[in-house]
Amino acid sequence: MSFSLRRFSALCRKESYQIVRDPSSILIAFVLPVLLLFIYGYGINLDANRMRLGIVQQDGGAEASRFVQTLQASPYIDASLSTSESTMRQQLKNGSVRGVVILRSDFSAKVRQGQGAAAIQLLTDGAEPNTANFVASYVQGIWQLWMQQRQQDQGLVASPALNLQPRYWFNPSTVSRNYLVPGSISVIMTIIGALLTSLVVAREWERGTMEALLSTPVTRSELLLSKIIPYYLLGMAAMAMCVLVATLIMGVPLQGSLWVLFVVTSLFLGSALGLGLLLSTTTRNQFVAAQFALTAAFLPAIMLSGFVFEIRSMPLPVQLVTYLIPARYFVSALQTLFQAGEIWPVLLINLLFLLLSAVFWLGLTAWQTPRRLDGN
Amino acid sequence: MSSQTASMAIRLQGLSHDFAGRPALQHLTADIRRGIITGLVGPDGAGKTTLMRLMAGLLKPVSGSILVEGLDPVSAGDALRLQLGYMPQKFGLYEDLSVMENLVLYADLRGVTGQARHDSFERLLAFTDLARFTDRLAGKLSGGMKQKLGLACTLLGSPRILLLDEPCVGVDPISRRELWRMVSSLADAGMAVVWSTSYLDEAELCNQVLLMHEGKLSYAGSPQTLMDSMQGRSLLIQGIDGNRRHVLQRALRCPQVMDGALQGHAVRLVLRTAGALPDLASLQAGPDASLQAVKPRLEDAFIDLLGGGPGGDSPLTEHMPPARLPDGVDADAVIVAEQLTRRFGDFIATDHVDFRIRRGEIFGLLGPNGAGKSTTFKMMCGLLPVSSGQARVMGLDLKKSASQARQQIGYMAQKFALYSNLSVAQNLEFFSGIYGLSGSRQKQAIAEMVRVFALTPFLDMNAGELPLGFKQRLALSCALMHQPPLLFLDEPTSGVDPVSRREFWCHINGLVDKGVTVMVTTHFMDEAEYCDRIGLVYRGRMIATGTPDELKAHIASSAMPDPSMEDAFIALVEGHDLAGEHA
Repeated sequence: MSFSLRRFSALCRKESYQIVRDPSSILIAFVLPVLLLFIYGYGINLDANRMRLGIVQQDGGAEASRFVQTLQASPYIDASLSTSESTMRQQLKNGSVRGVVILRSDFSAKVRQGQGAAAIQLLTDGAEPNTANFVASYVQGIWQLWMQQRQQDQGLVASPALNLQPRYWFNPSTVSRNYLVPGSISVIMTIIGALLTSLVVAREWERGTMEALLSTPVTRSELLLSKIIPYYLLGMAAMAMCVLVATLIMGVPLQGSLWVLFVVTSLFLGSALGLGLLLSTTTRNQFVAAQFALTAAFLPAIMLSGFVFEIRSMPLPVQLVTYLIPARYFVSALQTLFQAGEIWPVLLINLLFLLLSAVFWLGLTAWQTPRRLDGN
Repeated sequence: MSSQTASMAIRLQGLSHDFAGRPALQHLTADIRRGIITGLVGPDGAGKTTLMRLMAGLLKPVSGSILVEGLDPVSAGDALRLQLGYMPQKFGLYEDLSVMENLVLYADLRGVTGQARHDSFERLLAFTDLARFTDRLAGKLSGGMKQKLGLACTLLGSPRILLLDEPCVGVDPISRRELWRMVSSLADAGMAVVWSTSYLDEAELCNQVLLMHEGKLSYAGSPQTLMDSMQGRSLLIQGIDGNRRHVLQRALRCPQVMDGALQGHAVRLVLRTAGALPDLASLQAGPDASLQAVKPRLEDAFIDLLGGGPGGDSPLTEHMPPARLPDGVDADAVIVAEQLTRRFGDFIATDHVDFRIRRGEIFGLLGPNGAGKSTTFKMMCGLLPVSSGQARVMGLDLKKSASQARQQIGYMAQKFALYSNLSVAQNLEFFSGIYGLSGSRQKQAIAEMVRVFALTPFLDMNAGELPLGFKQRLALSCALMHQPPLLFLDEPTSGVDPVSRREFWCHINGLVDKGVTVMVTTHFMDEAEYCDRIGLVYRGRMIATGTPDELKAHIASSAMPDPSMEDAFIALVEGHDLAGEHA
């Protein structure tokens, strides 16, 4: 039987009634993305801003005070001052400070003595090596600053032989949010795309409506398209939400054009919706399909897409696996579009793979979509 | 074309089907005629749904052929779907769409448009009496209304063949009769109707039946012919003085008796051959007892086809010790509900219900789905907190000591709450364990149950793969392992074949003899006949209580001198509705 627009639009209308009346699909499409975006955008932060640092100042001399002032003035440090070493050690144990700088009572005197006799003790919490490294390098940086200032004050303007002036392209302020938000949008869209559709075919099986549908003259393509188009539109609406929140509320710049973003997202939704539909069609059980969708879509999207973890530092076999993950191309395309704009060599490769992936997942779903109860 | 072939709507020829090697249908050959209702009759698992799906072109047969309106359902599916209406179980409705939206959807799918659509909607809404409810969501309709909407959606596009898969499951008897009338009128107008059911009383009304058992066709033809062949073999012992269960047991020991069951105060027997009567005196039924020939039922014939009933002696009776009551418990009030009420928000599921059950009594809660049977039942088991009023078992207040009370109860749920991926032996071990049996007592209890219920050949099989009758045996043995004095049964035999059902009630009768008290919920009229007393539950209220005979006598009239349990049910519910309107 040939494709009938009447049957197709009847099915689409039915699907949209169900979407509007089912609070969970609205929740998945509109509330979940914003929630996740805030968690990823503000919760995950690779910049170690404002480390809590304890300072034990046992010396009231001018040199020590200068050093403490330099520490307190640093934008990276949230310093709390005390004269008691044991209090600060206790705070380090509690985890209320990340490190302790101790200036002994003879600090100023030894500095004046010169010959590097002055000692600054730094204690950090090695249980969190990453943070401990941050603390150590921040304090070292501040120490260098203090040294420079001291030399300037003494009139010894030492011009260094080399002057390093780094410039960060594409993300000049090196705000990691600008890099993380596009990546997290792709993770969010993976979850949403797969979750939305993982339920819809299984629901028809569970409620016995699929049997009734299959006994009417509907065709396979009408059935499949009526499951894709409404959820594609819903997915696009979710994407629009994400982009609005990212640019307007979170202040992430969008360098590329909207129509490229639209094409990239459309192709990606092809894969994500296809995966969800495939799971829904093959398991015929809402619970199992949703579980699978979360595991099969979410985990690879977060671990293997290059969103947080650099793909090139993975072992080779794992790197090869990442080529199968559509989110990988979406992450790359989104990060490029948001931070750098239309860099076509990068975008075209990603678009090509997204297209292949969409064709693969939707094709597989079409092949698995039955016209009878026992398969094809 | 002869008139014979012209009246044939569906021809099945050597039809077989299996699922992954497990046979579902074996060599079925039958014809289904136009203009009548053909009943597809058999217990759950007999292959009814598989056959329905094969005829609807939803499955491809493994071997054999089907012709529906001269078309092969698989290769000519597109053409056939325009002529065939198929209503699956659960009616195939979208619960989150309104009545009208469901109709519009199916009209679009079946190509009913323009004036034809307008006319069909008008006709079907009038036919199903749903015109007042077009804006209501399908999920908010009652079971009977859903069933009618399902039928209306199936009838769009004026199909020539109508396939209805268990249309009356979960639907109250009033709606069942209404649907029957509607479908009869369609058949009279020339439609070929196939109606599948596991209720044999429903099947008696069909013009033709295909009686199925374990994937095989046991009988094809008129149910009347089949019942006529049993003429003179069905008897009723009336005027029994004494214990009717003992009379039944003695009767079933007679070599002349093939099958027997309780029917109210009387005992109904089926003989092996007409005329060869059992000796009434040996049954010790009392001086006034008399044997009287009665109209055979389809069930009698089905049991005959299956090779006779299971006999009347339950090996369980030797195993179970007499159920003793703790001191201070009134033997007339082993299970008590007083003004028992359960609210869910504004909705009152159980509304001031009262009953008390004696030791050794079978008490049935009878009512349509959604009437509040299960809620009441769950409160009595201590599975659901009581909103107000009292629930006591064995003198224990379920509000205060629910877990102690549960130790006194054996519970067997609808659909047999077994672990389907554990073996039979593992299920027995698990259930005996949770009831606190261990060590040699546990081993002994399991061994006894395996012996009593003849489970030895199945011990290593997964419970999910057991035939339905054996699943039922296993579920009962799991409920009885700790030898409880009370037994709670939730629709225990719906969908099982009549022989397994007989066997089940034989065990229950044996337990009652030992002083076990039984509470049953059911919407199944046959099951109600086994009860000593019945409480009729409707819209949360207990609208009538009494013995089955009392309830029937209550509504007997000159027009209906010998009403069935179903007649009584319908009359009482309708009377209640009427009283409500006047109040």
